[in-house]
This record gives sequence, structure tokens and C-alpha cells, in this order.
Amino acid sequence: MADIKARIAKRVAKELHDGDAVNLGIGLPTMVPQFIPEDIMVTIHSENGFTGLDSMAEDGKQDVDVIDSGGSYVTTLPRVNFFDTATSFGIIRGGHVDATVLGAMQVAENGDLANWIIPGKKVAGMGGAMDLVEGAKECIIAMTHTQKGNPKILEKCTLPLTAEKCVNIIITEMGVMEVRPEGLVVTELHPDFTKEEMQAATGCKLIFSPDLKPMED
Amino acid sequence: MINKVITADEAVAGVKDGMTIMVGGFLGTGSPEILMDALVRKGVKHLTVIGNDGGLAEGQPANGPGKTPRGIGKLLEHHMVDHIIASHLGVNPRLNEQFADGTLTYTLVPQGTLAEKIRAANYGLGGVLTPTGLGTPMETEKDELGREKKTVVIDGKKFLFERPLHADYAFCRASLCDRFGNFMSAKATKNYNYVMAGAADHVVVATEKLVEIGTVDPDIFAVSGVMVNDVVEGEPKWQI
Repeated sequence: MADIKARIAKRVAKELHDGDAVNLGIGLPTMVPQFIPEDIMVTIHSENGFTGLDSMAEDGKQDVDVIDSGGSYVTTLPRVNFFDTATSFGIIRGGHVDATVLGAMQVAENGDLANWIIPGKKVAGMGGAMDLVEGAKECIIAMTHTQKGNPKILEKCTLPLTAEKCVNIIITEMGVMEVRPEGLVVTELHPDFTKEEMQAATGCKLIFSPDLKPMED
Repeated sequence: MINKVITADEAVAGVKDGMTIMVGGFLGTGSPEILMDALVRKGVKHLTVIGNDGGLAEGQPANGPGKTPRGIGKLLEHHMVDHIIASHLGVNPRLNEQFADGTLTYTLVPQGTLAEKIRAANYGLGGVLTPTGLGTPMETEKDELGREKKTVVIDGKKFLFERPLHADYAFCRASLCDRFGNFMSAKATKNYNYVMAGAADHVVVATEKLVEIGTVDPDIFAVSGVMVNDVVEGEPKWQI
């Protein structure tokens, strides 16, 4: 499982460009920075109030005024800038965040996303997710392909949506899929899986690109 | 001489049962702890509380356990809240316990929309138009006061209309404040503190450090003292 998550995080890192501002959701997306190449400058936006997150703070070196959006004490880069919540979400809604990387409960082939609530279960809330997927220029979903064997990529989401038609790219342990006008196009397939296996684990029709490439580990 | 400095107990003396209050902070970081303690001492009940989340319970978070609940978590611990308006309610376990036993209800608002609703109340706007929440329950469910949501199309683009969110009291945390109430909040403690200062009838700022008027470079202050009614000194730095 750890290998699968690392594979997904490593592939997400390839989607980032020099100069990008990026927001990372909790969980798997927080593994992405370790795979960003040294020669690329990416600035991480933490929606609770700063740009320029570096890494988790070591014990004894925490600054109690600096947490990330998951509540962990973190360190910042020399180019850090701190701001209030209205400014933080102005940066998001205004399209100044180039990419947001999030997990999902369900994604539909048209890019609809559901990742904030399961009716009847414990209440959590959307936090900044609805603003992020609406406002960021690119929405990258990084997740395991299925949940206990059940497809998470579907023709239509059955859970309440986080936003409509917001997802651009889905990266799982099986491959890479892009949301395009003609449907969900697989651009990379991991060598551990066949096209048939990937299709069987998916709840909507996949279109395999004529330029299909192998997904690297 | 201008001096808005009073004690924490004096600052919360006017808070009555059933009032609506807003509290700065994000998972406790940037919350005015001495004002929450004073509200607990006063024992006020049936509050509606506006904040990002439910603060923290005792022993949270795992990577730096607090010895007491934190922020709004203190009010929840003492069952002082009837309704919470927030963007995230998954962290403090007291929230779901009180939803389950029927003593607490909630309204979820996306984080950016929550900040803008508060900002609209602060800055005299009739509301805000946002694309956030379109096509989701935010569009179809009623707002915090049971009002239907509206959508507006501007130049062919659809937006959700969100009303201002105002409170009787706003409780904010400063790192540095002068006796007039000019203040700043350090690093990631800013969160809602700047936007809430002015969005309530009565604004109270608890500060870590209090300075005399005119003794620091005025450029350091982010919020004008005209937005602030009372200042309370002695807000501790959080200990982990």
C-alpha cells in the first residue's frame, strides 16, 4: 500500500511546473513534495494562511504560530508570506493557485467530484475543498482506484458533490486519466495492470488513448 | 488618555444567553484563550458560535497535545453552544457527540465563503457572489438562518449569492496590540482574526503583548483600533 501511494504521489509531482503555486489536501497529497525535482520551484499554499510551506516541524523546533491546514506544526521557506483567511481564499478563488491535489470518494467521467460528505455518517465538513476545486486552475485527484474493490470512478456520482465538472486529471495506482470532452481518456497504464483490469475496476467507460504510455513507478 | 484595556471578565460581562458570537482561530491556533476561559467562568448558555471549526478537545492534536481544550473547544466542553456555523467539524470529537445527543446543531459553510460572509458584514456589503458551492448542497440547502439560497447570473456566469454574517460579539486574538486596539496577529494566527474585527456589535481583542500608543512602527499593525471596542492583555503563547 505504501508503494502504491508513493507511486501515485510521484506521478502527481510530474504534473507540477516550475513556478507553480500548489495546494495539497491532507493524506496522500502531502507525500507529493518529496518527489518534486530539485530544479523546479513550487510554492505550496496552505489555505489556513500562507504560501511557502516547507515541511513538518521536528519535535522541539515547532513554532506554535505556524500550523498547516491539517493542524500539524510545519516549517516555512524564506519566501513565506502569511495572510488572513479572506486573502487566502481570494488567492484560491481568484485563480492564483495553479493546481490543487486532493483525494476523492467519487469522481464522475465528466469531472464531477464528491469528497466531503457521506450522508448519515459522522459530520466532517468541506473546509476549503469547495473553494479549492472551483478556484484552482487545475484539479488533480490523487487516490486509490477503488474503495474495498468498489469503483470510485463512475458515470455519475451518487454522493453530494463538492463541485461540478472541476476535475482535470485522475491519478491512481492503475494509471492516469484525463477528463476530456469525449470522455475519460487513459493516457498512462501501469504495467501491473491490463486495460481490461483497469476497465473492470472503473464504473464508467474508459477511452484508451492511441498514445497510451506505461505509468512509471 | 485612550485606554481600551479591561479584564477578560469585564470584556465578556455583556454576553447573554442565546447571543451569537464569532471566534478567531483555526483548529485552536489564533484563538483568544483567555476570553474563552472568561466565557466558561461566566457560564453563558445557548450560544450560536461562528468560527472555522470546533477548536480542539483536550489532548488534541496528536503531534502536540494540549493540556486543555482549545478555542471553541472550551465552549463545547461546557455545553455552552446550541448552534455552530463553521467550515469543518470533523476534528473535535465533542461536536459529533453533541450532534448525536441532539444538544447541538450546525450549519456548514465553505471556508472561503465563511470568510467572505463575515467580511461582508464587517465592510457593509449586502452579500457576496461566489461560484463556490454551485451544484452542491450549498445551493439547494437553506442558510444558517433558514433562508433559501439564491443564484444570480452576471454576464452569463452563474454565482451563488451569500448573505453577510454578523454577530453580537467578535472575540479575536492579537500577538501585538496597543491601548487603542490597533493590532496584528503573527504568522498563521491571522486566519479569521482580521476579518472578524468589525463584523460584530462588540469586538474584543485578547493580546499576547500590549504596547503603549505610539511606541512601535505603525506599519506593523494590520487592523485599526477603530474596529476594536475592548482590549484584554495576558493572552498566553500556546505551550506544547
